[in-house]
Amino acid sequence: MLFSGRKKKVTLNQQNELYGHCLQFYCQPPLENISLTEFEAFAVDRLKLLKAVENLGVSYVKTTEQYKKKLYAEFSSLGFPHREEADDSSSSKNQTGPTECEKRRKDHISHFILRLAYCQTEDLRRWFIQQEMDLFRYRFNELHSKYKTEFLHKNNLKYDTISPDEKDNLKEQLISSSFGFSGTTVAEQDFYKVPFQDALDLVRTRKVYLKGGYAYIPHQDIVTIVLNDFRTRLSKALALTARSLPAVQSDERLQPLLNHLSHAYVGQDYSIQKNIGKVSLEQIDPLSAKSFPLCMRQLHKALRENHHLRHGGRMQYGLFLKGIGLTLDQALQFWRSEFIKGKVDADKFDKAYAYSIRHMFGKEGKRTDYTPYSCMKVILSNPPSQGDFHGCPFRHADPELLKQKLQSYKLSPGGIMQILDLVKGMHYQLACQKYFELTHNIDDAGFSLNHPNQYFMESQKLLGGGKEVKKEAEIPQKGQENTSSNDPSVPPSRQHNTTQAVDDMGDLDSYFLDE
Amino acid sequence: MSTSDYDSACLPDLLPLYYRRLFPYSQYYRWLSYGGVSKNYFQNREFSFTLKDDIYVRYQSFSTQNDLEKEMQKMNPYKIDIGAVYSHRPSQHNTVKSGTFQALEKELVFDIDMTDYDDVRSCCSAADICSKCWTLMTIAIRILDRALREDFGFQHLLWVYSGRRGVHCWVCDEAARKLSVAARSAVAEYLSLVKGGEETVKKVVLSDPIHPFISQSLVVVEHYFLQYAIVGQDLLGSKASVDKVLSLLPEDILHELLNTYQTEKNPMKRWEHLRTAVHQKRTTIKKGGQYFDKEIMLQYCYPRLDVNVSKGVNHLLKSPFSVHPKTGRISVPIDLKTLDKFDPFKVPTISLICEELDKPLTAEEAEEEVKDKENETESGERRKLRDYKQTSLAKYVKLFDQFLDAMARSRKGEMLKKSDLQKEF
Ligand code: SF4
Ligand SMILES: [Zn+2]
Repeated sequence: MLFSGRKKKVTLNQQNELYGHCLQFYCQPPLENISLTEFEAFAVDRLKLLKAVENLGVSYVKTTEQYKKKLYAEFSSLGFPHREEADDSSSSKNQTGPTECEKRRKDHISHFILRLAYCQTEDLRRWFIQQEMDLFRYRFNELHSKYKTEFLHKNNLKYDTISPDEKDNLKEQLISSSFGFSGTTVAEQDFYKVPFQDALDLVRTRKVYLKGGYAYIPHQDIVTIVLNDFRTRLSKALALTARSLPAVQSDERLQPLLNHLSHAYVGQDYSIQKNIGKVSLEQIDPLSAKSFPLCMRQLHKALRENHHLRHGGRMQYGLFLKGIGLTLDQALQFWRSEFIKGKVDADKFDKAYAYSIRHMFGKEGKRTDYTPYSCMKVILSNPPSQGDFHGCPFRHADPELLKQKLQSYKLSPGGIMQILDLVKGMHYQLACQKYFELTHNIDDAGFSLNHPNQYFMESQKLLGGGKEVKKEAEIPQKGQENTSSNDPSVPPSRQHNTTQAVDDMGDLDSYFLDE
Repeated sequence: MSTSDYDSACLPDLLPLYYRRLFPYSQYYRWLSYGGVSKNYFQNREFSFTLKDDIYVRYQSFSTQNDLEKEMQKMNPYKIDIGAVYSHRPSQHNTVKSGTFQALEKELVFDIDMTDYDDVRSCCSAADICSKCWTLMTIAIRILDRALREDFGFQHLLWVYSGRRGVHCWVCDEAARKLSVAARSAVAEYLSLVKGGEETVKKVVLSDPIHPFISQSLVVVEHYFLQYAIVGQDLLGSKASVDKVLSLLPEDILHELLNTYQTEKNPMKRWEHLRTAVHQKRTTIKKGGQYFDKEIMLQYCYPRLDVNVSKGVNHLLKSPFSVHPKTGRISVPIDLKTLDKFDPFKVPTISLICEELDKPLTAEEAEEEVKDKENETESGERRKLRDYKQTSLAKYVKLFDQFLDAMARSRKGEMLKKSDLQKEF
């Protein structure tokens, strides 16, 4: 049923209809037939693009020029559409690359292929939606306002605006809810009124005026509403696709390919402890000074001094320790021995805390999102408050205190300056990487830091012996340049598949149930 | 009326009496059923009991009010927590297929605890409170209550004294109960101004333009600030405290003020000097964002939320009318109409209200009472009504009743609207 031999000709008209705008809402699944080779190549390229989006999002603030520039470079090199007008003269002159229309087709088809691969579990869906949203936000923001409006029309996106009267009444509030607004900007712009639930990012950061449960969004921020729509639709669509999955999974050509695609997303999984049981409890003190990133060193110190850590700290530090190889028994012993030095007696510890530690190791309860926190998670979610020691010191400590701390660790004044500069520019992970370089006496860390456990492993590698280090050094890309070198390796099925490259993939749209 | 007569050793004796004759079951059941509009709303709600010796029993659930009563009278919990409404009965959570047992809805809740203010109050620390620092809770309630109503459009807010050193807020509107985790955390973050942990000195930083929510909050803070902070906490009196405040200012203002303060000892005048210095600087510097005085006020007075409590749908929070085992005080609703007069030390303890009952039941009577229950609930019910009415718990139960009535009224309004809509078709 799914691979019926029926062929569909895609007419020029349909192409125009589908690819008339450089940005898509992906409402229509692709109608054409597509070869397995193309299927695979498109999917891999889009995955590279999404990984690039993820990596750049970790290292740069999403509104900065750097972020946009780097992302633009990825678009060009991977052949995804970025230009607003189709087939303008310049592109036909550089005839070497694909045409604009081909790029849009690739954008369209590759998105739908990855839906198949990423609809399977909650985690995969969350990751995919997150990256696709970032991608969409970037592309929408890059459009000229004329094309934004055109995009809204084309996709039939209409939002309620407020009347000039209401706008006038709320003028003061509207002005003081957005940066750089004056009376005239308020008068000129349309304001949309949506339930606050539809504009959470603006609500969270207090960038919008709220009244009676509604957010009043200036036209310049309309991307928020569109994006909310995008997310709602995509997550619904993924749930629907998941239902047709058994059919896909029974296809022996597609199944290995899709599985491979979906496995490629997480990068290193630090919850799989290769070195489990290799760390003894006595080693933790010296290790915390030598090989822990600052965030963990700070938590360790606070734990030793106060014999207690609050929930956020226990999670961040506990999972990190699991990641460096502590066994459950070691962890229980470690936390218990420290806590009972403080206000908690052994009995209370067993009742109130042991459970959550076993939980971290997956021994209690069923929810298992207990992988050690990445830098992004530490930096962005659950900021420390009164009494907390968790978080990322580069992000959450006062620069003055950070400076003092670095001085006490005997870093050179020049090095401290460099770190503080990076912090000022909000490049927290780069600052941490610099700290790594300075404390390990190397010029170039040779990796792009995104995880505290990665920090630990790299440090151990350096301190543990030279051989391995040499090999690593052959991958010279530093920092963010290597986003696309993280690419998913060629699928194992490739060899086999190329021989059937002429194979027809059938109708892709048959996988996408209608609502 | 003194509370010194509460002795936690008596709790095991008092609890049975409280749960048998005083706990407002019918209101409680009425609250958590929410008019019975959605099916199994009460039945799928998680309760958790803390028993003697900190034994913690999660995932309790009850099918009827009677069920709940019986269980509470049997277990006599030291503390009761309320969790989420789940997809299945929490008591059967082990029997459903893994992954399908999910927290679906819960009130949007806020937890404000005085221990989070330790770096900014000089009168007490940790679990201690006094009438001076209680003003911080008053400020917190005023600010959050306004924002939740006016900014977010919620109407049914139940403010409850935690029984010891803080307050809780239960936002009970249907829209609030249905909020996603992401939405809850966005609301909590919108409402959070004091940022940073032990490694941060300056915890409030304002930037231009000042959002209407912040201006509104500042109005509240300014109303209390002089009396509370300058007089009550003597913020600009002692050297240590002055240094702490001044560390939040830029160097030049700091030095200027240190000079002035050598001769000026009057705290009120000192504060005026501080404000003037900041304002002067604001006019000389073109670049906006010179709000040091406001930032100080907020750092010292703005509500400090435990964001994690508000974020989670499945987070547990101490139930209204639960007893605080350490103080013996009942978690009672707070009347916002008389908020400034609310005195946590006047909240009745379990020993007080038990005394207020005519006389404690004898063992025989207790047994009879149980029989009474089984045979004719009617008269038992009437008995209880009479019982709590003769104690100081009465006025708080009445407050709870009013809250429930208001919710019932707006539910009715909603239903009328809906059926009107249907008629149109
Ligand atoms: S950048 Fe990452 S590893 Fe470094 S301190 Fe921050 S969270 Fe920890
Ligand atoms: Zn006090």
